[in-house]
Amino acid sequence: MAEITLKSLAHTYLAAPSSPEDYAIREMNHVWHQGGAYALLGPSGCGKSTLLNIISGLLEPSSGDVLFDGERVNALPPEARNIAQVFQFPVVYDTMTVYDNLAFPLRNVGTPADKVRERVMEVADVLELTPQLKRKAKNLTADEKQKVSMGRGLVRDDVSAILFDEPLTVIDPQLKWKLRRKLKEIHQRFNITMVYVTHDQLEASTFADKIAVMYEGQVVQFGTPRELFETPNHTFVGYFIGSPGMNFLEVETRDGRVMAGALPLSVPSVVHDAVAHSGSVNVKLGIRPEFVEVHAAPVDDAMEAVVEDVQDLGTYAILSLRLGDVPFKARIEEDDTLPRDKAWLRFPIERLGLYVDEFRVEISHE
Amino acid sequence: MNNKIYNNRAWWLILPMLLLVAFSAIIPLMTVVNYSVQDVFDANTRFFTGTEWFQATLNDPGLQAALVRQFAFSLTVLAIEVPLGIGIALLMPKKGWQASAILILVTMPLLIPWNVVGSIWQIFTRGDIGLMGWGLRELGYGYNITRSAVDAWGTIILMDVWHWTPLIALLCYSGLRSIPDAYYQAARIDRASRWAVFRYIQLPKLTNVLVIGILLRFMHSFMIYAEPFVLTGGGPGNSTTFLSQSLTTMAIGQQDLGPSAAFSLIYFLIILLVCWVFYTAIMNLQKDKQQDKGA
Repeated sequence: MAEITLKSLAHTYLAAPSSPEDYAIREMNHVWHQGGAYALLGPSGCGKSTLLNIISGLLEPSSGDVLFDGERVNALPPEARNIAQVFQFPVVYDTMTVYDNLAFPLRNVGTPADKVRERVMEVADVLELTPQLKRKAKNLTADEKQKVSMGRGLVRDDVSAILFDEPLTVIDPQLKWKLRRKLKEIHQRFNITMVYVTHDQLEASTFADKIAVMYEGQVVQFGTPRELFETPNHTFVGYFIGSPGMNFLEVETRDGRVMAGALPLSVPSVVHDAVAHSGSVNVKLGIRPEFVEVHAAPVDDAMEAVVEDVQDLGTYAILSLRLGDVPFKARIEEDDTLPRDKAWLRFPIERLGLYVDEFRVEISHE
Repeated sequence: MNNKIYNNRAWWLILPMLLLVAFSAIIPLMTVVNYSVQDVFDANTRFFTGTEWFQATLNDPGLQAALVRQFAFSLTVLAIEVPLGIGIALLMPKKGWQASAILILVTMPLLIPWNVVGSIWQIFTRGDIGLMGWGLRELGYGYNITRSAVDAWGTIILMDVWHWTPLIALLCYSGLRSIPDAYYQAARIDRASRWAVFRYIQLPKLTNVLVIGILLRFMHSFMIYAEPFVLTGGGPGNSTTFLSQSLTTMAIGQQDLGPSAAFSLIYFLIILLVCWVFYTAIMNLQKDKQQDKGA
């Protein structure tokens, strides 16, 4: 059982880091609660694997602390941390049978044979590996191997957290779904903290209760998949989550109006005030394509946009628009009237996000 | 639709390959076969002898003794060089300038020609000017490779180990380098001991290079000629006379072409057989045992 706390943690691979860019992990504070299913989501090179290796003890952080249940474990090697890790490429002991593979972590600590048998049988049953127990691990398929490496984490009853480093990369698409279900099932059955690293938002949101989105070495948002979708804290989360990503308009105030380049926007005065008082030149308004109101005919307070392309996806369509000189996406459902050539857009105020220096700022409603 | 064209003239396309193989292997080998079943006096006089030369060779006590010595030698050097080579490979640094430096140092003996190796050791072991011979004598051991069969054997084995262990070490080093870090990381998380890491990660990944290493070393050592010939000349007595040297004496020294040809063929078949046995045995180790157990 463990609650994993990262306290002002930072890591760099360089001997003498001089700027924030030199850090693979920029200073962060974070808590993974006992028994949670978490995903660590981010593009390649954002530091998610580094963070995982720091938690498992394969790397020692340059500064800050890793705490397990409040106890500092920075200097503890992986073998002393009660943690299991599943790697991107399945790691199995080729010459051993599946049974011996699963028994390996138990035998290494001198567990009695009957206890080993009992645990291995239980885990093999959960992972549906029982028919393969007598086979050499070398001859298994990729997904079976990945289940074996997962199983080696599960057999140990002292394991309090399992870390997954993009474990489904080499698995066939149709089996990915099955394995993800299996993971969920295991999570519910064993009370284990699971941290799942991926760059795939779908994988993250189907597996995890809460997702930490990483960008340039920091966690820019930690929340449920719904929170990430509806109220992204950072422009990167807006871009990265959702398909297509969030629309962002660079805005400024001029003559009492909110302008996106040369185009005046029809937005309520609270938005104008918020932009005017932001105190920065990097101000953006963001709205999800799903939340844009699209009209096929002119309506009050709407902005005119040019329709450049319509991508019909059956139950909905994605419109590629041009608003002033900014490209813009909107999603409309199949029942809505499809605009031709021109569309009139309205931004519902409750769906509009204000981003100052890339971070979200609340717009104070009256 | 099957639009494959059948034309038996295509068989002519294998002719160049056939000629190449004929000149490189079949014709020389057939010459030997030719001599092994005949007694040839001169260009016009020959008698067919059938299996007579083969029987004579197999029943020759001198050759039998050489064969036993040969096996003893090959198995001894394999038993020393393989574990030692693996050990050295495990200890070699993985990166930095040290890795390059050690690599060059380890490779050095491999670059020395056989004759030269024999000569180096011949001088090295001399009691008057050789460091090893002189040193051992000063320490009080009556070391003499021309008198003591034990000393001669020990020295030849030491020489072969010095000359060829680097080959095994290099092969294993490259094998070890190809193991992804994730395996070591997983082993640490599984709390594997150093021995378990070697037994279940490193050794299995070395199987393929070890097969090559063992086969090469077996063939090489089984055919060893120049080094013992220069160092001991086969002595004292016949104690270090191996098969190649017996064959040379018979074919070149005594011009017994018939028996030598039969001997060559038997020699060749033994090497082929032993290599096949090694290869099959090692490959069998990795096979799935499921069918055998009837699971």
